[in-house]
Amino acid sequence: MARTTLAEFAIEVGDAGTHNVQPLLHEIRHALAQLLEQGKETVIDLRSIPLAPGEEAAIEQALGEGEVRATLSALGPSDFRETSYPGVWVVTHYNRDDQIVGKFVEVTSAPALLRSQTEDIAAGLQRLEARLTQDGGGRVV
Amino acid sequence: MKNDQTLGEILRQQGISRRGFLKFCVATASLLALPPGMVPAIAAALEKARRPSVIWLSFQECTGCTESLTRSDAASIEDLIFNTISLDYHHTLQAASGTGAEDARESAMKENWGKYVLVVDGSIPTGNPGYSTIAGISNVEMLMEAAAGAAAIVAVGSCASFGGIPHASPNPTGAVSVTDLISDKPIVNVPGCPPIPVVIAGVLTHFLTFGIPELDELHRPLAFYGKSIHDRCYRRPFYDKGLFAESFDDEGAKKGWCLYKLGCKGPTTYNACATTKWNQGTSFPIQSGHPCLGCSQPDFWDAGGFYHALSIPTEDTARTVLYGAATGVAAGLALGGLNRARKAHAARKHEKVTINDLEKGG
Amino acid sequence: MTETEFLLWVRGPAFQIATAIFVVGIIVRILEILILGRKPNLAEARGSAVAGGFRTIITRTWPDSGTFKRSGFTLIAGYVFHTGLFVTILLFAPHILVIDEVLGIGWPALPTPVVDATAVITIIALVVVLLHRIKDPVLRFLSRFQDYFVWFLTILPVITGYVAFHRIGLPPPTLIAIHILSVELLMIAFPFTKLAHAFTLFISRWYNGAIAGYRGVNS
Ligand code: SF4
Repeated sequence: MARTTLAEFAIEVGDAGTHNVQPLLHEIRHALAQLLEQGKETVIDLRSIPLAPGEEAAIEQALGEGEVRATLSALGPSDFRETSYPGVWVVTHYNRDDQIVGKFVEVTSAPALLRSQTEDIAAGLQRLEARLTQDGGGRVV
Repeated sequence: MKNDQTLGEILRQQGISRRGFLKFCVATASLLALPPGMVPAIAAALEKARRPSVIWLSFQECTGCTESLTRSDAASIEDLIFNTISLDYHHTLQAASGTGAEDARESAMKENWGKYVLVVDGSIPTGNPGYSTIAGISNVEMLMEAAAGAAAIVAVGSCASFGGIPHASPNPTGAVSVTDLISDKPIVNVPGCPPIPVVIAGVLTHFLTFGIPELDELHRPLAFYGKSIHDRCYRRPFYDKGLFAESFDDEGAKKGWCLYKLGCKGPTTYNACATTKWNQGTSFPIQSGHPCLGCSQPDFWDAGGFYHALSIPTEDTARTVLYGAATGVAAGLALGGLNRARKAHAARKHEKVTINDLEKGG
Repeated sequence: MTETEFLLWVRGPAFQIATAIFVVGIIVRILEILILGRKPNLAEARGSAVAGGFRTIITRTWPDSGTFKRSGFTLIAGYVFHTGLFVTILLFAPHILVIDEVLGIGWPALPTPVVDATAVITIIALVVVLLHRIKDPVLRFLSRFQDYFVWFLTILPVITGYVAFHRIGLPPPTLIAIHILSVELLMIAFPFTKLAHAFTLFISRWYNGAIAGYRGVNS
């Protein structure tokens, strides 16, 4: 008998899937229309929907690649990617070990976390002021 | 770290920016299965949450639950949560041992009496108190004493929640669950053998932010145990169509068909495996081709063979049929014989009837 | 009792009890009939009793045109629900697994959606049959408590099975437990009610056919 290799046992997803991809795209279309008409933002948690292996990739593929790609570095990296449909973003949060801790589809003109946060701005201002006083005389290095 | 600091303060001290904190809140919402719209509320609650003292007691257990938790990676969200609690006693994880450890437990209990969270893993033997002891104190005694001063109890794992494997027939130690012994405290059961680590963390986070989560009648948090595996399983369309893997390496198994016939307990098991998944959302047993064992259900060890379909009776019915048939044949023959005898007897009593008899009778 | 304990009980001890009663009951009843035997027919045989017996077992499966004209409705509804019961009980994958486990024989299942649809048709047919029984004055007159009771015991597993498969209303483990329990009730009542006709039917047909065959008559 021929030896069976691990690869032969690769489990296929089959043709059925969960039927959740199409409805999700419809939900995104609906959210996008709402964003345009009422300015209402929507966040969809991809981890809360039962998806077959490969379906998450299928959704991302359907959404495609857009103009903006940004990386945030706070408690590990986060990836913000505008899709080929402006206003639809795929946001992936990683921990410090580059493991995914959350994946979302955000329907917004810009994901909230990309903006500088008031608290951080205040802290930054403090730092800058402290530095300027330390340097004395306001000479900017 | 002092215990009166808020979580927000602790995180800021660790140099975590507001963005980082919000990201943490986003992940927490996802973890708690809350809608993303809840993030501001979570942020506000976490900001103000105080660092609770946690006392962790391990009874008849295999340490799998602690393993599960500590295997969740060092820089993960779960870890952040555990950095923000004050784990004052955990005899597997703490450095102190012997009297020192027990002193730590007693002083933590005294200092935080009425406020600490008691986490329990393992079942409690009620047979001989000597079956399981820590520092010469029986499990029941230690649990009752620690429970008296707890604000809430979290039973981690199927053993603490339902008795688990020690409770399996014939249950030699008389093992029981926490809820079997305590009824006057809020108890949250986090069953699973082991539970998904982020679920353990999620329950503690919920406790920090919004208090005791919403529970079902078995004290399980609905956010994680509200739906059965089967209802969220990506193989469900195959079940609905009646396409089943018949063995672990047949065509159906390779095509990812439903594992019902291989003994999947998904239809009667409540857990978050199908959506939260394991190892940072990588996979879960069914996705890797193995039927669900139902490890988070009460009595999962006695619920028929792991590889027996759910519809199959749990006891040896073939034997019952055989014995039944034998009894039936014996009883049938006996009754049949009796009936024949009655019939013969009745026939013997028959007498010739003449026309005269009939006229007399008429 | 929690829902899991309930499920474990119906899958365990309760199923044992029901199986024992069912098996013992059916065998006793069949043996009683067979052992009682029939009076020897002393007349000379004009044909084969055995051939007549088997012929009748088969021919009586189809109604003759006269019967069909008189009570076509009862016949059709009857066929529909009997076929439906056959399909839902014996051609649904989880059920075949039980039979395979207990008796060691299995066969291929029908696709689940087919069984699902059949269950609905069966339920409708059973309801129609009941309405007919209630509305028809003769049938109503002939009906006793047992007839309604047996109808109830028959439709119950079909309904509970349908509800359990679609997971409607109660927690799924409870639904499955209720379904199995309803089957166990049916199994327990089976040997002692008219339901036993599933087994005795062929015996009586054979006797009828054999008597006729012996006399050289086609029945
Ligand atoms: S694999 Fe298990 S949980 Fe998934 S559909 Fe099949 S029976 Fe249900």
